[in-house]
Amino acid sequence: MTLTAPTRTMSAESGSGATVELRGVVKNYGSMQALSSIDLVMEPGEFIALLGPSGCGKTTALRALSGLETIDSGSILIDGVDVASTPTNKRDIGMVFQSYSLFPHMTVIENVEFGLRMRKVPKAERRERATEALEMVGLGAHGARFAHQLSGGQQQRVALARALVTRPRVLLLDEPLSALDAKVRVQLREEIRRITRDLGITTVFVTHDQEEALAVADRVAVMRAGRIEQIGTPRELYATPVNPFVADFVGLTSRIPGEVVDGEVVVFGTHLPLLGEPQADGPVVALIRPEDVALATEDAEGAIPASVFASSFLGSLRRTEFLLPDGSIIAVQHDVNDAPEVGDAAFLRLRKAPVAASPRA
Amino acid sequence: MTVANAPVLVSGVAQASAQHPITEPARPSRRALRGLAKYAGLAPFAVYVVIFLAIPTVLAIVTGFFTEDGSFTLSNIAGLFEPLVLTTFASSFWVSAITAIIGAVVGALVCYALLGTRAGGALRSFIDSASSVLAQFGGVMLAFAFIAAIGSQSLLVLWLKDSFGLDIYGEGVWLYQPAGLLVVYTYFQVPLMIITFLPALEGLKSQWAEANATLGGTRFTYWTKIAFPVLAPSFFGSLLLLFANAFSSYATAAALVSQGSPIVPLQIRAALVSETVLGRENMAGALALGMVVVMVIVMWGYSVLQGRTSRWQK
Amino acid sequence: MKPSNLTRWIILGIVGVVFAFPIFAMIEFTFRDGLSGGHTLDHWTGLFTEDAARTYRNLFTGIGNSLLLAVVTVGIVLIVLLPTMILVHLQFPRLKRVLEFICIIPITVPAIVLVVGLAPVYSVVVQVAGGSIWTLAFAYGITVLPYAYRAIQANLDAVDMITLSEAGRTLNANWGRILWHVLLPNLKRGVLAASFISVAVVLGEFTIASLLNRVNLQTALLQIGSSDPYVAIIFALLALLFAFVLLLSIGRIGQARRTGSDS
Repeated sequence: MTLTAPTRTMSAESGSGATVELRGVVKNYGSMQALSSIDLVMEPGEFIALLGPSGCGKTTALRALSGLETIDSGSILIDGVDVASTPTNKRDIGMVFQSYSLFPHMTVIENVEFGLRMRKVPKAERRERATEALEMVGLGAHGARFAHQLSGGQQQRVALARALVTRPRVLLLDEPLSALDAKVRVQLREEIRRITRDLGITTVFVTHDQEEALAVADRVAVMRAGRIEQIGTPRELYATPVNPFVADFVGLTSRIPGEVVDGEVVVFGTHLPLLGEPQADGPVVALIRPEDVALATEDAEGAIPASVFASSFLGSLRRTEFLLPDGSIIAVQHDVNDAPEVGDAAFLRLRKAPVAASPRA
Repeated sequence: MTVANAPVLVSGVAQASAQHPITEPARPSRRALRGLAKYAGLAPFAVYVVIFLAIPTVLAIVTGFFTEDGSFTLSNIAGLFEPLVLTTFASSFWVSAITAIIGAVVGALVCYALLGTRAGGALRSFIDSASSVLAQFGGVMLAFAFIAAIGSQSLLVLWLKDSFGLDIYGEGVWLYQPAGLLVVYTYFQVPLMIITFLPALEGLKSQWAEANATLGGTRFTYWTKIAFPVLAPSFFGSLLLLFANAFSSYATAAALVSQGSPIVPLQIRAALVSETVLGRENMAGALALGMVVVMVIVMWGYSVLQGRTSRWQK
Repeated sequence: MKPSNLTRWIILGIVGVVFAFPIFAMIEFTFRDGLSGGHTLDHWTGLFTEDAARTYRNLFTGIGNSLLLAVVTVGIVLIVLLPTMILVHLQFPRLKRVLEFICIIPITVPAIVLVVGLAPVYSVVVQVAGGSIWTLAFAYGITVLPYAYRAIQANLDAVDMITLSEAGRTLNANWGRILWHVLLPNLKRGVLAASFISVAVVLGEFTIASLLNRVNLQTALLQIGSSDPYVAIIFALLALLFAFVLLLSIGRIGQARRTGSDS
């Protein structure tokens, strides 16, 4: 599917992104702490993804930003002003929900105009700006239709146009792509990225799909149990995760038993640098990336004997799982031209990339 | 599938005997028989419905066009436009319309009050069950209940008389007249509204209220520009259902109204019980036809609005 | 956009009181000592005296008739309607709209209209099957169609009968066994709901019985109401209570299934 080229873009003068800051935000539901003192600073125009498993608090943080949830303590600053006590409808934000958010009794163009109507924009100008917004998302011709006549992807585009037409300072997206087909998801995330960049609008994007977060965001905040575990560029998170949770959550890893000796991780005789906090000597589970393992010959340094367990063709590369002498399975990413058969014997070599490791009982 | 098999039977026999002379000619017909046999499963229900629903309905509608001796006549239909009958239809119409509106508004308020209560919780299941019972609670029992509650010998009336000197029946005992039906019918109209309308109210998605807030709207704009318009088809559909329900009610009126036949169902009773009404013989059939016409129009409107509702609240 | 607690309880409180009032009035009435203005248990205890069976003979006949009619009507629902619905659901999906339409007709053609055409039909029925009361159940089966249909259909929609029966067939069961071991156990909820609603409707039916000159609970109540209003209201209350218990049970059965599947 090709990208739909916009016929017009909205000008970026007003609505250029605000600075957004969460300071010490705490939110409790009864005895459960959904947000435990969250600190987050966003530059104008930045695109940040909140990533984590369900229940980690990412949606709560987003809804706190929007005002749909109140917070128990801390401050929420937009352009330096604390909005924690400002109601949602006065915060000048745009929000896209996961599904079902278009008003069913209004046409597409009426939906998009709604925010402008609330701001008492006169009719002719409303219509013009709404049409412009629809064309920006590639749906200029669909103004007279109703939500139930559109596909899921089209509905989300309308929701995006509706949220952006008022030129808010901040755009919040609550898992907007989770309910869509895979292909539509990929295409739409690119468009969201392009549009927010063109408009220069500060964007917060919540998702549980790490591939999605890494693909679109300037920076990603990985959350767990109400805390931000790490925030950084996708590259940083992938290459230098600060703890095993982040290492495991972002990208694929194989869990291989090893040992920490003198601050290094030793796996099958190969010494690897340790990521994150220094650890005491002892048995650990090392998290090894598939691209950090290579096929080798028997006489290579540090060669580990292995047998082929399973192999998958992934288009541009192959991923093969090997059974190691101690019974663990390791995934290796390699060229498609090597086509191992199940049961074949082979040798593997670990590249000297840093790995995360967690203590093993 | 099975209908398609039937024509094949004819050519099938010819084919079968041409290609396979040894083939038993009974085989194609056995296949067709199995096809027909499938439909046989539907026969008991079909026969039952024809005898006890289709035939009585047709008879009810059609007898209005015939006199006692079987000749075709339009005089019964003409009788529908006599002042007496027109007044009866008007009374039925007013009683049904007013109780439908009151029932719809009060019922909608109760549904609104139930928003946010837990679906399986004690309050909700009690109201669900009570509404189911009271919506069915018509006829004789309801009449007795109201005679006990606000009849001329009831505690309430006597208390009002003794304490405030207020005799609500000073002008006549209206409980046993169409005005009384207004009060009594509301008793089952409100529960019926609750049963019918609550699903629609629960179909209001929270995302709509949240989107309204993020787009700068207030509670007022939510209700006036979003919730009411979305609920309108369902509300008016339920209103029509309530109208139909009151219009077709017989038992309560039969138990309460002892004098005369002020509404159509009672008029039908009079026509059935005595031989002639207005000097015509088959007025019951004509009146039944009149009722059916009204009911069909109302229920058609109801189904149209239901269709709109289900399209939006997917 | 939920109402505040105060709003909620004001609305429910007012409506609740207004609707409870006639019920309480009925209860109070049954304890009234007619002329003296005091209260007595006589009306209730009078039901258990020796004369009671004789004095209230028509009433007890009416009760017996209604119960018999309820049983036969449920029988019609289970033996005629239920198999047809299963058959249509599994084999004739295109007829579903037709069946649904048929089962909604009794709402558009109410009892008072139907009875005009039932009178001639029943004169034939009496000749064929005799004049006993149970034949009235044929008409009642039609009256309960909308309710019974909706109850069973909700169950059919909720459980995927088609997939279940296909699974049964791949496991070598014939249709009889599939019906008995697979389908019917999963239809318990709908069948019970349909049965209970049918009983409630039959017990409350007046129009057809009255205009076809039969005796059932409601006609007997009306008749005795003129001579002994106290007993009439006692039985009206009992019938109401019985219907309430029936319909409450339907709600409970529905919930038990829901909580069962959630855990």
